[in-house]
Order: sequence, then C-alpha cells, then structure tokens
Amino acid sequence: MTDLQSSSLAERLAARFGDTLKISTARNETTAELAAADLLAVASALHDEPGFSFGELVDLCGVDYLGYGQTEWDTQTVTGTGFSRGVEGEAMGRFQWSDRPRNVDQPRRFASVIHLLSVEHNQRLRLRVFCEDDSLPMLPSVSGIWPGVNWFEREAFDLYGIIYDGHPDLRRILTDYGFVGHPFRKDFPLIGNVEVRYDPDQKRVIYEPVTSVEPRVLVPRTIRDDADLLQAKAEAADHWREN
Amino acid sequence: MAQEIRNYTMNFGPQHPAAHGVLRLIMEMDGETIVRADPHVGLLHRGTEKLAESKPFNQSIGYMDRLDYVSMMCNEHAYVKAIENLLGIEAPERAQYIRTMFDEITRILNHLMWLGSNALDLGAMAVFLYAFREREELMDCYEAVSGARMHATYYRPGGVYRDLPAQMPQYRESPWHKGKDLKRLNQWREGSMLDFLDAFTADFPTKVDEYEELLTTNRIWKQRTVGIGVVSPEHAQAWGMTGAMLRGSGVAWDLRKKQPYAKYAEMDFDIPVGVNGDCYDRYLVRVEEMRQSNRIIKQCVQWLRANPGPVMVENYKVAPPKREEMKESMEALIHHFKLFTEGYGVPAGETYAAVEAPKGEFGCYLVSDGANKPFRVHLRAPGFAHLSSIDTIVRGHLLADVVAMIGTYDLVFGEVDR
Repeated sequence: MTDLQSSSLAERLAARFGDTLKISTARNETTAELAAADLLAVASALHDEPGFSFGELVDLCGVDYLGYGQTEWDTQTVTGTGFSRGVEGEAMGRFQWSDRPRNVDQPRRFASVIHLLSVEHNQRLRLRVFCEDDSLPMLPSVSGIWPGVNWFEREAFDLYGIIYDGHPDLRRILTDYGFVGHPFRKDFPLIGNVEVRYDPDQKRVIYEPVTSVEPRVLVPRTIRDDADLLQAKAEAADHWREN
Repeated sequence: MAQEIRNYTMNFGPQHPAAHGVLRLIMEMDGETIVRADPHVGLLHRGTEKLAESKPFNQSIGYMDRLDYVSMMCNEHAYVKAIENLLGIEAPERAQYIRTMFDEITRILNHLMWLGSNALDLGAMAVFLYAFREREELMDCYEAVSGARMHATYYRPGGVYRDLPAQMPQYRESPWHKGKDLKRLNQWREGSMLDFLDAFTADFPTKVDEYEELLTTNRIWKQRTVGIGVVSPEHAQAWGMTGAMLRGSGVAWDLRKKQPYAKYAEMDFDIPVGVNGDCYDRYLVRVEEMRQSNRIIKQCVQWLRANPGPVMVENYKVAPPKREEMKESMEALIHHFKLFTEGYGVPAGETYAAVEAPKGEFGCYLVSDGANKPFRVHLRAPGFAHLSSIDTIVRGHLLADVVAMIGTYDLVFGEVDR
C-alpha cells in the first residue's frame, strides 16, 4: 500500500508495461494508448495484479476520429466574397454523401475507449485502442475479463461497426431490428438514410429514402483557439500597460 | 413412451406496466422457471450523443434531463462537470452548494419514484400515492428555480442559471384548492425557497417512517424481496454495477465520499451498505439514502442562508453578461451575441466526469477538438450496465421475480437507450 501512495499510477504503469503503453496524464486523468495486439495481455494484468486490481470496467465506447479538428466555417481567409454560410462544403453533420468529411490528418479512424475503475485503490484509468484497419475495424473482446462489457461492446459494434473478436453475442443493441449502417460514424448523416411511414395502399409500413426533413446547420462548427489566444494575450498586454 | 418437453418462449413488454418503460424481454421458460432472459433495448434510442455532436455545448444540457428523466439534474451535473473540466473553470462556491442541494433533492425524487413504482409492481398500491405526495413538493422546488417541473436545464458550465428565488410560489385559490385546504398547502410557502425546504426537511423523516411502516416489516413485501436477486460483491463488480446495486451487496463505494465533487467533502452524511445483496437489502439502502439526502439538504440550506454570493462565473466567454451591463457596455453586448450565436470553444482534450446519480455512476466522456461543438460525447448510464446482467441473475428464478428484479435495478429507459 505504501508503494501505491509513493508513486503515481502513470509511473507504476510505465514501470510495469514499459513501451507497450503510451501514457499521458492530463487533469489528473491517466490515459494509456496501446496496440490492439497487446490489449488482452495488458487488460488481464490490470485486472488481476494486486498493484492495479481494476476490478470494474465502468465504460467502453467507440470513437470515430474522422474529421477531428475540421471546421465548417473558415474565418481565417476571409476574402472580398465574404463568409460562407457555413452550410456548404465537406464536414461532419453534412447530409450529402459527397460532403462527408475526408480527413487526412488522422491515420486511423476508429478507436475503442475503455474506462476502468479500481474500487480497492480508488483510481481510474482510461485505455484507448485504435483499430488497425478502417475498412474492417476489429479488436479483441475483453468480455472474458470483465463480463459486464458485453453490452458496451455490442453498443460500439452497433453504432460504429467495430467488431469485437471473441465476443459471445455480438448483435445490434440500440438500433432497430434490420437496421442498415452504423449511425454514429461521422460520415453517417444526422437525419439518417431512410424514413418509415405507413402506406395505406400496400397496407403495411414501408421504408423510403429521407425526404420529409430539410436539414440546416444553424451554428457552424468553428475552432478559434488561435484567435482566443491572441485576444487573451492582447488583453493581458493592455492590462499590463494600464497598471 | 418418451415424450419431448420443450421450453416455452415468452415475450414480456415492450408495453407492460411492470417493464418500467419500453423493455422487451424474451424469456425461455421451463414451467414458471426462467431458463434464459434476453432483454431487447433501444426502443427509446434517440441518438442523444450524436445530436450533441451537432450542437454548441450549452444547447445539449436540456437533452441530459431527458436521459434519466427521473433524476434530471444529476445528469446535467455530469455533463456540465465534463465541460468545466476541459475549460478549466470552477463554479462559485454558492453554485456548488446549490448543485449539492439539488442533487440530493433529485436523489429523493428518484428514490420516491422508485419506491412507489417498485411497490406497485409487487402489489402494494398505497405507497405509490404517498410517495407522489412528497414528490410534488420537491418538483415545486424544481419549478421555482428553473420554471420547469422536470426538464430544468438549470446547471450551466460555470455555475447555475440563476440564484434561488426569494419567494416560494404559492397556490392560488381555485375550485380545487380553497379555504382550509389552500391554507394547508401554502403554510410552508410564506417565505423563501430555503424556508420551504427547511420545513420540508424537518417533516420528511416522518414521511419516510410512513413508507417504512407500510413495507419494511410487511410480510408480503419481505416474501417478494428477501433472498430474491442476490448479487455477490464480486458479481456486482464484474458486471460494472455501481450505486445502490453495489452498496446493497456490501461494497461501501460512493463517489460522493470516495471522489467528492461539488461540496460533498464538506457534508456530514453516512453511506448505507447492505449485507445480503438481495432486493430487500437494496430497498433498505435506498430508503436510508433518502434520510441521508435529507440531512445533506438541511446542511446546504443552512449554508446557503448565511452566505449570499454569485452563482455564475464572471467569465463572459462562458456565461452571459448581465442585462443591465449590456445596456451600457459594447463589450458585454458582443459577448452576449457571440455566446448565443456561436457558443464557446472548449480546449482540445478529453475527460471523463462522473457523478453519483441516484441509480449509480452516471458518467460523461467528452472529447473536444477545440471547436464550439463537442467532438464526441459518451454518456455512461448506470442502468445500461445493470440491465445487461439480468440474464445471469434471474436464471432459476420464477417469472414473478423478474418483475422484482427489474424494479430493484431502478431502470429508466431514457438513460438505458439514450
């Protein structure tokens, strides 16, 4: 127990697993990134070894990094033509397949993020595993170590299409019976692909391409960290001059 | 002559009064014994997390109320806390006390709803009526502070929307409320909201006694709950259980004590823990939690009375400037315009913020790429983890025990399906 208190979780992880984990700590939260091939070995060590004893898997979710850091409204290069309406061009939240985001910055799209909790040591750890192949995202299932992950992996499969190898019952969970596609992917349109209505002629419920919704982006996505920084610096300089 | 006996498959829900919403359960039965239970969820899936990705941060707070629609403000708390983590801001002290108080009001609201509906499922009608009497009083507090009885959108990054009202709204005379009846309804509502809560908390323990009178030693209640749905501590942890499900099995784990947020570190309260991990123990744990919540509310009321102050940060990048200021200052007007048209950018990064919601650990995993909209929001709902374990627990139980088990999970499908 003394050993636990004297060194931080990040240090102990680095000492135990070495280069297998890429560890970062921010806001008192420890994140470890690792390769899919190492996941099962690392996970069972984290679960079993008394120094870690992460007995509880609190959360697992998929993330699609497509379009990370991409904006819908570029205000850096304003020309005489004025601003765009923010509703044209390719980005997330677009509704045409041709406008889907295509990001070249992120080498890999899909990741599975696991949040672990150790009730004994009162500590948390985040694991992130990227899928090697974007066209067939596949990861080993940790359901043999934490059985409670069952539904969380089903959810990530349903919403992102990540296939968990070794999962006992990988079915869709949240979407409708017979649903096509993985709705939380960034290139899946917000309004969906099909809509449902009752057809009085055929006397049954039918699926059709979406026509009843005309979507608009009311607030474009913008990233202004540089502008904010400049502003803050200018204000600080003013403040300094005044005093 | 040998005869083949086949198991019977039974469909339960999605429209069933004991399904607590829209749970569809396919059960394989051997006579009246459960061989296998396969829950089908997602009938209330609205894609909250995806919707949140398409909106500025503040516009999704209202969606959080609609997840677990019985413990609204606790959900808001997790989401708001995640944004505050990334922004690196902290709400003023008074706002933190208000949040603590409303989290506990929410806990009582939730547990009253659970107590009433669970008792109703197991055949006790009266508790439901009693529980809703007190729920109404507390919903009035929600309304007084936010204008809405349930979907409050009261917590904001940087504090709470506004300070507590100086006058508790009163009932007006109507054909249904008049004379002595009206006077009784308004007797606590003469002063401020804190006066009202003071009177409520003084009275509430006797109300909890009333519920306990109806159930705790009730022979039928005990027959339906004692020894039913036993969850061992190891089982509970392996299946990601939190909250009363974990404490009922004897694990003293409560985020309010172990990883305190808001003002829980300053509060004096106890964590009730069960022994056997059955439905009855979880009932006892939740009833005791209501008494403890009552204690916390009392302490908050005391502090809030003595310490006026701001309830929102003065950072106009996050919080709107005051109306009066906007009449005078161009800066304030610009800030207001920017905040309500574009929102605010949140520094790139990721965080997981969890609160001890009445049902267990409600967490919000937030990824930001620096934009004015979240890149990814994942909401960790306690009910989702709990329900996934139902198959392992109800195997070998009788059909009627499934209803007891669904009740003891304290399920709300708004959060399970998101």
